[in-house]
Amino acid sequence: MKRFGDFTAVDGIDVEVRPGEAFGFLGPNGAGKSSTMRMIACVSPRSGGELSVLGDDPDVNGPRVRARLGVVPQQDNLDTELTVRENLFVYGRYFGLSKRHVREKAEELLDFAQLTDRADHQVEPLSGGMKRRLTIARSLVNDPELLLLDEPTTGLDPQARHLLWDRLFRLKQQGVTLIVTTHYMDEAEQLCDRLVVMDGGKIAAEGSPAELIAKYSTREVLELRFAPGQQHAALPSVQGLADRIEELPDRLLLYTADGEAALAAAHQRGVMPVASLVRRSSLEDVFLRLTGRTLVD
Amino acid sequence: MTVTVNPVAARSTGRVVGSVRASLLVVEGLWMWYRRNWRATVFSSVVTPILFLLSLGLGLGTQIRAGAVPGGSTYIAFLAPALLVSAAVQNAAMDSTYPILSAFKWQKTFWGIVSTPVTPGQILGGRFLWLAARLLFSGVAFMVVAAFFGGVQGPSVIVSLLVSVLAGLAFAAPIVAFAATIENEGQQFNLLFRFVVMPMTLFAGTFFPVSQLPVFVQPLAWITPLWHGTELSRGAAFGTLEVLPALGHLAYLLVWVVVGLVLARKYFRVRLTV
Repeated sequence: MKRFGDFTAVDGIDVEVRPGEAFGFLGPNGAGKSSTMRMIACVSPRSGGELSVLGDDPDVNGPRVRARLGVVPQQDNLDTELTVRENLFVYGRYFGLSKRHVREKAEELLDFAQLTDRADHQVEPLSGGMKRRLTIARSLVNDPELLLLDEPTTGLDPQARHLLWDRLFRLKQQGVTLIVTTHYMDEAEQLCDRLVVMDGGKIAAEGSPAELIAKYSTREVLELRFAPGQQHAALPSVQGLADRIEELPDRLLLYTADGEAALAAAHQRGVMPVASLVRRSSLEDVFLRLTGRTLVD
Repeated sequence: MTVTVNPVAARSTGRVVGSVRASLLVVEGLWMWYRRNWRATVFSSVVTPILFLLSLGLGLGTQIRAGAVPGGSTYIAFLAPALLVSAAVQNAAMDSTYPILSAFKWQKTFWGIVSTPVTPGQILGGRFLWLAARLLFSGVAFMVVAAFFGGVQGPSVIVSLLVSVLAGLAFAAPIVAFAATIENEGQQFNLLFRFVVMPMTLFAGTFFPVSQLPVFVQPLAWITPLWHGTELSRGAAFGTLEVLPALGHLAYLLVWVVVGLVLARKYFRVRLTV
């Protein structure tokens, strides 16, 4: 539990992360994800409850736990006046590593993050994606047993995101346990073996992406798009065509096992959307079902 | 609430180092920056005080009759040990304002460090060791030049140097504490420089004895760490220090250091572990 004055940011979450898995906290901004991450990272004392990280209590043995963690914060906090290589070196030294060890490790990480040709450049002018890769490389300098990633790809372009995901996959294959927060469903689906959906500081659901979709959504979704406002007028005409219908400002979502059949039936009833789309259910739909809201506002 | 995180991957190579070592690692990080960027700071920290010394000590000094200054020495000899302290205090103030705020607010580098085994208190310790080292280095450079122009009386210059470092730290400690509490863009620092540092530089005994000030203004000079440092430094240079006043000045400066550091440590922890 985490309180800031009267505000309870995280309240009554109950999770166990298993060795070697990639675990996700999915939720909108303000759901309590970052507060949870900071508690796990041993930089934020909890206001109540129990927390065990790598078998230790962060409030008692914070530095000892942090020595074994890798942390990728939501906002990069690289030293932008140092070079790429110097950032890795200085950071590694804080973990009590010898100069020689850090120097070798830095080469390995530069290669991993595809930053070798930028090694001696200052950080400041690097692109957002490069800085992010450097932050991730830096978090690996102590060969962490557990890597915490807070919104790892927020603000990056699609290409940079895929490159980052690829790097994170490799880490997972090496047996590093990952904890990821994100408000992107595609990121959660890509990376996480198991996740919890958080909303308002509480856990709304828990499971693998596939389990959650199977439990809280249908196989397919039919999206009927209208001019904003027109969707409401069409709502009575589509009643009964799907297991469940959600109304968003510019569209109706029809949850059904067979989207094409539902679309044909809607056309038969004279519903004329601006556009229509049949797609597989995603975690976005799970979130909508659980909270009545969309993830990215 | 129960959260359990139990990975069993290969053991991490990271380990916790002792407090002194951790602070020295913070110094190492700052040194890494400094050895490539020292040119950016050397003008304000070393060259400017030397220009003041030459202009006022040698230039203005020609217009000041020998014997008119207390102790009957040349003006440059009167000025050098005090300007040393004044420069240290100014450098300390500059190093303790925007650079600290930036590490919290803009660059957020402190947040990166506390994700490692290093603690907020150890970061603070490292910043202070680093500041002391820089003040000492700038002071030595200043005094070497001063000696060349007759501004140094003898080996007691070592005492003056140490005093200048202490006075700088005494002024810096509460400012660092203050900087750690600032959430906005740091406009307060401009007020600090304009209404505290600048008047203090001019009127706290560097260029003329405080006794020349109107009686009702003198107490303002007495509360500044600069005046106490100046009394000690100049007193050591001219061998006019008496034991009790000297202990009083030292104690006063130490109180500023200790109180400032205690507050700074608290605010560092509050800000970095919320």
